[in-house]
Amino acid sequence: MISTDLTIILPEIVLAVYAMLALVVAVYTKKDGLAGALIWTTAALMVVLAGWIATGAGGTNLAFGGMFVDDGFSRFAKVAILLSAACVLVMSQDFMARRDFLRFEYPLLVALSAVGMMMMVSAGDLMSLYMGLELQSLALYVVAAMRRDSVRSTEAGLKYFVLGALSSGLLLYGASLVYGFSGTTLFSGIIQTTQHGEVSLGLLFGLIFLISGLAFKVSAVPFHMWTPDVYEGSPTPVTAFFATAPKVAAMGLFARVLHDAFGGAVADWQQVIVLLSVMSMFLGAVAAIGQHDIKRLMAYSSIAHMGYALIGLAAGTEAGVKAMLMYMAIYVTMNVGTFAFILMMERDGQPVTNIDALRQYAKREPGKALAVLILMFSLAGVPPMLGFFAKLGVWQAGVQAGLIWLVVASAVASAIGAFYYLRIVFYMYFGEDTDSQLDSNNSPVLWGALMASAALMLIGVFYQFGVEGAAAAAAATLVN
Amino acid sequence: MSVFAFYLFALSAITGGLFTVISRQPVHSVLWLILTFISAAGLFVLLGAEFVAMLLIIVYVGAVAVLFLFVVMMLDVDFAELKAEMARYMPLALLIGLVILMQFVMAYGSWESAHAADSLRAQVVPTDKHNTEALGAIIYDQYFLLFQLAGLILLVAMIGAIVLTLRHRQNIKRQDILAQMYRDPAKAMQLKDVKPGQGL
Repeated sequence: MISTDLTIILPEIVLAVYAMLALVVAVYTKKDGLAGALIWTTAALMVVLAGWIATGAGGTNLAFGGMFVDDGFSRFAKVAILLSAACVLVMSQDFMARRDFLRFEYPLLVALSAVGMMMMVSAGDLMSLYMGLELQSLALYVVAAMRRDSVRSTEAGLKYFVLGALSSGLLLYGASLVYGFSGTTLFSGIIQTTQHGEVSLGLLFGLIFLISGLAFKVSAVPFHMWTPDVYEGSPTPVTAFFATAPKVAAMGLFARVLHDAFGGAVADWQQVIVLLSVMSMFLGAVAAIGQHDIKRLMAYSSIAHMGYALIGLAAGTEAGVKAMLMYMAIYVTMNVGTFAFILMMERDGQPVTNIDALRQYAKREPGKALAVLILMFSLAGVPPMLGFFAKLGVWQAGVQAGLIWLVVASAVASAIGAFYYLRIVFYMYFGEDTDSQLDSNNSPVLWGALMASAALMLIGVFYQFGVEGAAAAAAATLVN
Repeated sequence: MSVFAFYLFALSAITGGLFTVISRQPVHSVLWLILTFISAAGLFVLLGAEFVAMLLIIVYVGAVAVLFLFVVMMLDVDFAELKAEMARYMPLALLIGLVILMQFVMAYGSWESAHAADSLRAQVVPTDKHNTEALGAIIYDQYFLLFQLAGLILLVAMIGAIVLTLRHRQNIKRQDILAQMYRDPAKAMQLKDVKPGQGL
């Protein structure tokens, strides 16, 4: 029994053991001198694991008495998590090394946090859910405060930690209520109790607390307050990481809890998710208008995008989960490119985050400006780009589930939100010239990530590299 | 008797928790917290979980709370100022707290477990084994995965503490134990035969 269990969680074991071994090796040899090499080996291992998971045997396997679920859904999420984490890791090396805070613990903490995320999307039990979530979050708190000499970075880490602890408290309280009602922490046991007749008020309370805790992790309004401050204060490579892999993991966990454990009570949680979704979309669209700091902008943008992805969850159907997975995959791809560009924004070697610095950027760097234009159009959801089709997917799922007013509201929010994406494009092409120009930083890794991401936004419209089929299969295994 | 004990411990746990939050002196808060832990340990004894009860006293009261006491005593935090800041939001917080409390009373009033819940809950408590043995069987066998994950979480916490606090300072003298051990009189001392009246 134990050997089959261990075979099922082998990818997680490999990554965790690698992190521990690398830690020991680095401590006893060159310490921070090894950081650059560790970043590349960690990223390479993540890519290999992603390939292994993607091409491995199919089917649904349960390990440890159902606490760990390896199915199509978790495999899709894991591939997205590992690939995006690997991209962000290699993108951060140059930035961190030049500002002298590249430490060998960074790639290893990211790897351990990826182990936590893989546990999250595979959770089949309230306890393994919590363990995965804490492993992920704890590593994130540390990397947010990584830059110890910066007050803002420490403040970001502390703020994230305190609010994260609060949300964990909400989640645990909800879990205890759910356990009190159903007598088991296994999702497969909880769903049996919800399918028989009415859902009791106590279980509903537990569910609401669970959703609150999870909404904090995906930064859905009204649990979003930490996002702009943490995104702004953290070092930019860390912000790039926050905006990609953890979001996929938290969304995956959200979908798993709602469908695997509470699939029998769709009507009860649907209204909550709809509310979270509407508020996130509108706050993300409106609050970003006054922002001139691109990291804060991306924070509000991520709040809004989580709102759109939540429409897929609110639908409560297989098509909804599929649209949500597609949305997350496309969102992560766009964000990798956008953050590659933000990492390149610097003047006299110092990072710049004010979007005013982008005025007339297109004259000096036409290639990069074009790539950013494509990404911004895609983030805004302007039709020919892939980002529009991501939104179209969740809208279709929403209409099929009868949430027409939610879809209309989301279209309105999307139109409002387009303003700030298009403003960046406007500054680049038509802004008044300023004397303070950005350096032409041409790190090949960042340039490659920016161009590849922009190219995918165009190619993806015609050919999706099998991602759509995989998302459909993944959704089918979750919702049945 | 056990009902009386239950209400005694429950009441003292709630009182302790309340005074942890509202007492003026932070040190008193920690002492009230210790009372809460001890009451919780009493509740565990009533449930038949003696081992967990003793762990709670040894680990939480003995180690964590005492450490906490030291931290509170050593930190130079102006609690009066923090309290004043809190007082500004008090009315709103009280209102929200009251609403949530009322909702909970309603929820517990109509509490009703699932049919199978009681039998499912009872499964975890074995009758033929001792507390410690049963816990060991659960933690190291059934919940082996969670136990290992908890270990990983602690490892991350340790790495985090080191990353965020360890500063390797240059230009200071450090003790090199190996160098000290390999010192012998031949390397450390030089004998000079000083002639009278000449100096070195």
